[in-house]
Amino acid sequence: MKVEKKLFDKDIIRKAAADSFSKLNPVSLIKNPVMFIVAIGALFTTVIFFTGWREGNFSSFNLQISIWLWFTVLFANFAEAIAEGRGKAQSESLKKQRINSTARKMADNKEIIVPAVDLRINDVVICETGDIIPADGEVIDGIASVDESAITGESAPVIRESGGDRSAVTGGTKVISDKIIIRVSVNPGDTYIDKMIALVESAKRKKTPNEIALSILLSGLSIVFLLVVVTIRIFIDYQSTGTINITDNVSVPVLISLLVCLIPTTIGGLLSAIGISGMDRLLSHNVIAMSGRAVEAAGDIDVLLLDKTGTITLGNRMATELIPAPGTDEAYLADAAQLASLADETPEGRSIVVLAKEKFGIRGRNIHELNAHFVPFTAQTQMSGVDIPASGSSPERIIRKGSIEAIRKYISDDVGFQIGSDSDFLFTQVIGVDISLSGGTPLVVTENKKVLGVVQLKDVVKGGIKERFAQLRKMGIKTVMITGDNRLTATAIAAEAGVDDFIAQAKPEDKLAKIREEQSNGKMVGMIGDGTNDAPALAQSDVGIAMNSGTQAAREAGNMIDLDSNPTKLIEVVEIGKQLLMTRGALTTFSIANDVSKYFAIIPAIAASLYGTQNRPGPLSILNIMNLSNPHNAILSAVIFNAVIIILLIPIALKGIKYRPEGAEKILKRNILIYGIGGLIVPFIGIKLIDLIIQLF
Amino acid sequence: MEFLQLFVFLALLIILSPLLGHYIASVISGEIGLRFKTLGKIENAFYKFLKIDSEVEMDWKGYLFNLLMFNLAGFIFLLLIQLIQAYLPFNPQHLGNVELSLAINTAVSFVTNTNWQSYAGETTLSYFVQTVGLTVQNFLSAATGISVLFVLIRSLTRKNSSKLGNFWTDMTKTTFYILLPLSLIFALFLVSQGVVDTFRPYTEATTLEGARQVIPLGPAASQVAIKQLGTNGGGFFNANSAFPFENPTPLSNFFEMLAILLIPSSLVFTYGRLTGSKKGALAIFGVMLFLFIAGLTVSIISEYSTNPIFKMGGLMEGKETRFGVLNSVIWSTATTAASNGSVNAMQSSLSPFSALVSLFNMQVGEIIFGGVGCGLYGMVLFIFLTVFISGLMVGRTPEYLGKKIDAYEIKLTIIAIILPNMVILLFTAISLIVKSGLSGLSTSGPHGFTEALYAFSSAAGNNGSAFAGLGANTVFYNLLISLGMLIGRFGILIPVMAIAGNLVQKNITPPSKGTLRTDTPLFALLLTGIIIIVGALTFFPALSLGPLLEHLLMHKGILF
Repeated sequence: MKVEKKLFDKDIIRKAAADSFSKLNPVSLIKNPVMFIVAIGALFTTVIFFTGWREGNFSSFNLQISIWLWFTVLFANFAEAIAEGRGKAQSESLKKQRINSTARKMADNKEIIVPAVDLRINDVVICETGDIIPADGEVIDGIASVDESAITGESAPVIRESGGDRSAVTGGTKVISDKIIIRVSVNPGDTYIDKMIALVESAKRKKTPNEIALSILLSGLSIVFLLVVVTIRIFIDYQSTGTINITDNVSVPVLISLLVCLIPTTIGGLLSAIGISGMDRLLSHNVIAMSGRAVEAAGDIDVLLLDKTGTITLGNRMATELIPAPGTDEAYLADAAQLASLADETPEGRSIVVLAKEKFGIRGRNIHELNAHFVPFTAQTQMSGVDIPASGSSPERIIRKGSIEAIRKYISDDVGFQIGSDSDFLFTQVIGVDISLSGGTPLVVTENKKVLGVVQLKDVVKGGIKERFAQLRKMGIKTVMITGDNRLTATAIAAEAGVDDFIAQAKPEDKLAKIREEQSNGKMVGMIGDGTNDAPALAQSDVGIAMNSGTQAAREAGNMIDLDSNPTKLIEVVEIGKQLLMTRGALTTFSIANDVSKYFAIIPAIAASLYGTQNRPGPLSILNIMNLSNPHNAILSAVIFNAVIIILLIPIALKGIKYRPEGAEKILKRNILIYGIGGLIVPFIGIKLIDLIIQLF
Repeated sequence: MEFLQLFVFLALLIILSPLLGHYIASVISGEIGLRFKTLGKIENAFYKFLKIDSEVEMDWKGYLFNLLMFNLAGFIFLLLIQLIQAYLPFNPQHLGNVELSLAINTAVSFVTNTNWQSYAGETTLSYFVQTVGLTVQNFLSAATGISVLFVLIRSLTRKNSSKLGNFWTDMTKTTFYILLPLSLIFALFLVSQGVVDTFRPYTEATTLEGARQVIPLGPAASQVAIKQLGTNGGGFFNANSAFPFENPTPLSNFFEMLAILLIPSSLVFTYGRLTGSKKGALAIFGVMLFLFIAGLTVSIISEYSTNPIFKMGGLMEGKETRFGVLNSVIWSTATTAASNGSVNAMQSSLSPFSALVSLFNMQVGEIIFGGVGCGLYGMVLFIFLTVFISGLMVGRTPEYLGKKIDAYEIKLTIIAIILPNMVILLFTAISLIVKSGLSGLSTSGPHGFTEALYAFSSAAGNNGSAFAGLGANTVFYNLLISLGMLIGRFGILIPVMAIAGNLVQKNITPPSKGTLRTDTPLFALLLTGIIIIVGALTFFPALSLGPLLEHLLMHKGILF
């Protein structure tokens, strides 16, 4: 899906050109007040032209004005249509896959084949090797490898299983091995892809808050200019007691032309194209947004919370070393550590099993034979382990592994506190500090509350992440790493990764508390998460990005989903959010600045004959600083410029203006220079050129 | 040498404003009442007397309701005493009751801090109406403006709240600690210069030619002090500050000019101190001062340049010989920049470009210093607009002092900008169509047009100065201008209160690197640009067809 499209694809243009006309429908026009005014103006001038013609008064000026006013509307429609077309092309491939697929639905313990589009929320379906997953849902049983390349473009299959943090599946992806049972979590029309498609269709698209505010501003300006135009004729009439008939110069088509030139048609015509293409760009980065509001908010993020694991560090921590306590054999430590980890399905647990096997050839044992009882990890105890009952000569073994703090608590909470524990702690502290300083995590292994030694788990920080964080810092975004590690380890990793702040030994509720704290200080908080325990934090954050690999709960809580599950994606999302606002702001500035030149074209055209004579123009002709050939040409040139500039700016609207991570002051200066000062000067040149061209005919 | 005075004027303004500004800040924060225990006791006794619970704060609707009711009561009282003036005391000249439309106009005018005067003070209003009615409203309308500014300041500094202060304590504090003491000092100074302040009847004198002349008197000094300080501008006498009994000496003239700008410009520093953004306030002050000096420069150049008809510059027509050209121009610029409206020379006789500057000052919404309180809150609306457009350009949801500016604020800002503009353009147009409007214009062409344009610009900006020439005391103009003044005052005041009500509920976002700073020269430049562009785009045609056209025609030898 990550196909780079050309800015203007032939098919899209053809379709957009046709759509430009169908969008003349008043129902869709009225959504854009500025263009609606232009359309009404165009209608008026057209009627005036035809009534004049029927009365034998063919006015080529009125005809040309009418044509160009219609063009202005069509150009704006075209801009919107082309943005829609590009967005649709992007989402169409996703849609197609789902239309023809069928689902194996479980009903009364029987399997029936139904069309995928008939599935409803809470339906249960089965998917086996080769099946396309019919709808978004959650795996409730089984484990399978799934090819998600259809939506992510990533060819390596991913594991999806019930329980854990990887239970969510997306409709349109394909099971390539094993069998899973899925509970459908959305109704048709509510899937992520459906929502995304809605965001790139103007008819369904909801305006974002800033877009609404801007529309109000543009409507307000239009009202002001309407007042100006309505009154100007009265002001001129009052003074035109002189010798020359002035009504031709301030005819209704002329006034409508002035109005259309003054109201912010440039930004008005491109506003919805900017919004649609922003969503489209987001989609091309493989991010699905639930709303435009979320994308806009991304540009406002002050603080970004990231889980360390899988975000800052590569996947999971791996056991790299075994350090036995004094008086303990390393092999014995390895054996105990492996026993405690046999049933631990976390990557860390597995890596301990692997390390023991590689170093001492200790093979995984059949846990049922040992009659062992496994104690799973909980967020509260922060420990896991195994209880092996006494059998024959071997005594009872209670093995636990966990962080230094957890083990300390575990041992010292006990009533029968052992005397040897003090020296044990000294050892674990020293080793722990050593490991932590190097950015690793110490995992203490105990047997019957005696410390056997420490397993060193090491994190690997992702390559290039430091540069990404530096970029975020330049954007003014503070990064906060959240980790269950102790302070020392967290400090080392934080320094290596280059985050601004971190929360060590964080429990799930700490994330929520941190977000609330930042928000109460007025900050916008972004959060990236994947696990079920992230769901409350994702929901609380202003912008929550859920990893596609995450759980269904997390995906529902977030307002964006990253299909690639690449956390640094946020940078692109922030950029797109900022670009959206910047493009709107820049084109608004450009549009308003343009008005100055239009006044200098049109005011002398309509008022220069005041107090003039047949051969000599009146005093206000000095305002004709562009030295335009005659009043009609001047007005026509301004109207043509006004229409053509919309077409010329379509590429900027679609691509968005460039965003570089730098301070606000710098960005502002550059944009003011280009779009403000540029907006003042460009139309002077443009109108003059058009006037010169018109004179050739 | 003449220009030395201009520099002293500006220097004094720049030195005094921060001092007075800090004093006002300590008044509203309550410090003064605590430091000077006796004053505080008097203040509290006053609350007790009026049964005001000074501890209770109001939300924006409550505050606004009290404000509107209070203004309405002021209006009704002022209207009534005019209508029955003949039966009331302190009327030595036995002036009759005021005609209804004129009474409405005058009442609206003084309640809205406009002080547009369709009447001549000395031949229309008794001492009773002047002192009990007009002078009191001069204080109260000024205090109202300042109170609303305080509400806006609170809305920017408080977060997650709805309480915006207590209208009655704000009014009391403003009047008691700021307006009264300043007016008292200033009135005494004016009396020392020869401004009259008496309840004696008018005197008669015999001129050198033997003609008999009535010389009007009255309790003028007390009213002149507040009319200058409170950006009211309504003269005790018809000729306003051109009249010797209102403005006798060059020294009184100098300080009356200073008094026009003093409180509005001080409030900028109050604002900076209370919002904690002193540099931001400095930026605002810079913008105001720049626009003021720019307008003044245009006016001065145009007054001193050679008039093509008379082949000389610095014409004295309509000006007072005791003030000269420069002082007349400084005054005309200051009085229209701040929404004061008092005059010491006739605006109509100034050069077309001076008139253009005066018009522009009023048309941008009386924000170049502007009226007391309302000038700054109008300026803050322009800041919202600037922050919105430039905030978008840096890629963040626009915010000002940590408050997000969104659709609600923009909507109300736009309303507050459109309404006065509508008054100016639409009402001018109506006057040019309707017979009763046209008959009021004293001349034709661009000058006649400017008369109407000026009247409604003055009304919408709550300025009150007149271009002279316009026969405004007709039912048509009295009522239309009244409506214009009401829209110009409350069409901005109410949206500002609503904005404050919304802002105070919002949280305050601390600035980050990505935040657009509003206390930099760049921002000041942008703000200036937005003000000029919005003003220019709206009024370019009108100003071209008025003063600009007149100027050009003058160079062709055509006068009006």
